[in-house]
Amino acid sequence: MTRRLTASGIVAGYRPDLPILHGVSVHVDAGEVMTIIGPNGAGKSTLIKAIAGLVTVSAGTVEIDGEDRTGTPAHLLAGAGVAYVPQTGNVFTTLTIRENLIVGGAALAKAEALARIDEIFTQYPMLAAKRAEKARVLSGGERQILAIARALLTSPRIILLDEPTAGLSPMAAAELFDLVRGLVADGAAVLMVEQNAKAALKMSDRAYVLAEGENRIDGVASDLLENDEIGRIFLGARPEDVA
Amino acid sequence: MILQHTADGILSGAIIGLGAIGLSFTMKILRFANFSHSELLTWGAYFGLIFISVATAMGGFGGTFGPLSFGWPLILALVFAAVATSLLALLLHHLIFERLAKVTGHMTMVFASFGVALLLRNAVLLIFGADPIYYSNTLQFAVKLPGNVRVLPDQVFLLGLTIVVVIALHLFLTRSRTGIAMRATAESPDLARVSGVNVNNVVRWVWVIGASGAAVAGVLYGLTVQLRPELGFALILPLFAAAILGGAGSLYGAVLGGLIVGLSENLSVMIIPTTYKPAVPFLLILAILYFRPQGLFGEKS
Repeated sequence: MTRRLTASGIVAGYRPDLPILHGVSVHVDAGEVMTIIGPNGAGKSTLIKAIAGLVTVSAGTVEIDGEDRTGTPAHLLAGAGVAYVPQTGNVFTTLTIRENLIVGGAALAKAEALARIDEIFTQYPMLAAKRAEKARVLSGGERQILAIARALLTSPRIILLDEPTAGLSPMAAAELFDLVRGLVADGAAVLMVEQNAKAALKMSDRAYVLAEGENRIDGVASDLLENDEIGRIFLGARPEDVA
Repeated sequence: MILQHTADGILSGAIIGLGAIGLSFTMKILRFANFSHSELLTWGAYFGLIFISVATAMGGFGGTFGPLSFGWPLILALVFAAVATSLLALLLHHLIFERLAKVTGHMTMVFASFGVALLLRNAVLLIFGADPIYYSNTLQFAVKLPGNVRVLPDQVFLLGLTIVVVIALHLFLTRSRTGIAMRATAESPDLARVSGVNVNNVVRWVWVIGASGAAVAGVLYGLTVQLRPELGFALILPLFAAAILGGAGSLYGAVLGGLIVGLSENLSVMIIPTTYKPAVPFLLILAILYFRPQGLFGEKS
């Protein structure tokens, strides 16, 4: 199995003198969904931002397809096949849906970007129907679809999703997880941060549990669902209860 | 009388609007109030003067356009001023603002812009002197419009050029990938970055567009009044009023804000003494900050 992403010993934070991550290590292979769970303040979102190039990594390495990309600016990582969908503010609300996709194709040549936008419109008819409307009119679920479609424009090999189901109805969350499973079927690697631990573990291949900026447990997702240690990390509850 | 003040207000508002576009973009995308922006108008006007002086010394080319006071030299001077002022702005960005942005907060950038403004204004004074200068000594006769309104042909050209610049900028912002990336960066720099947008390039475009608009406004202002080192400084309050009125980052807001400021200033002299005219933009800033802080076209944050 091809190793897509390896993050080793990551120390990072929003201030150099106040690291949130204290040597976290994760990896994701092609064709798998890997989820990171953990209590609030565990450093899940910081880790995903550090990998995406938005938070400075003060120690450790980030390798993409075996190549050291530590410290590479975010816009170059986008061109190197890394896509990131943030938890909030994941679409440009003042831009139309088509303009959101044009921005998503910034790393591509113009003709290639326009061809990919046509493909995305074929794949997601809802977006095609509202292409000239401002993204602010979309519902939460529709915004997530647009955010993921924008991220997919560059045909990324690694997709980073920060709490993609936050604020969605159970039905919309289930549809989104189906969409994510479809992405890995095409050979991409997905690294997902989720608060909804039970649902995330059910649809993932592997998972890591972080707490206080450090690795705690990792393994096959279905095994972790039965792990009592995870329940204790989540404030004394079992992962089923956490969801 | 009211029609004449309205016409004068629209004409001065067009210049203020042109100058405010760059200030508005800087406030939204670079996220600081750049008090040195008005000095770019001054430098644009003087760059235009340099070009016209050289062209005249070389014998000039062609006469004037019909009733206008100028010919090809001034048109080319507009282009030269826009390019030269853009290069000056990029130099300031590279030497001062880009470095500060990496190590400090926005308030320090604002204070630094005060210092840059002083430097730029006094450099003009040092190089060109304090005496007022005119682009042309050609005498112009005002054209009489319906309603007994009198305007100079140069002022009509000014208004027409402003409309052309605004349409061109509209097309740039809505049709080109760089323009769309600029709007995206204005809303969320981090999301633009992870989408593959080189935000550093976008910032350079902001300086180029802002400086070009300021240069064109400076030359046009110099065309209707005399050139002085305080030319831009005198417009600083109207420029900020227009940018804040329109809403940071809004092209149409800056232009509409400019028109509102220009009209308010000119119409105010019908009810208050002329000496109080400069206070009008200040009152407009207070009013918009109280009733609609995000400006007419701005998004609530």
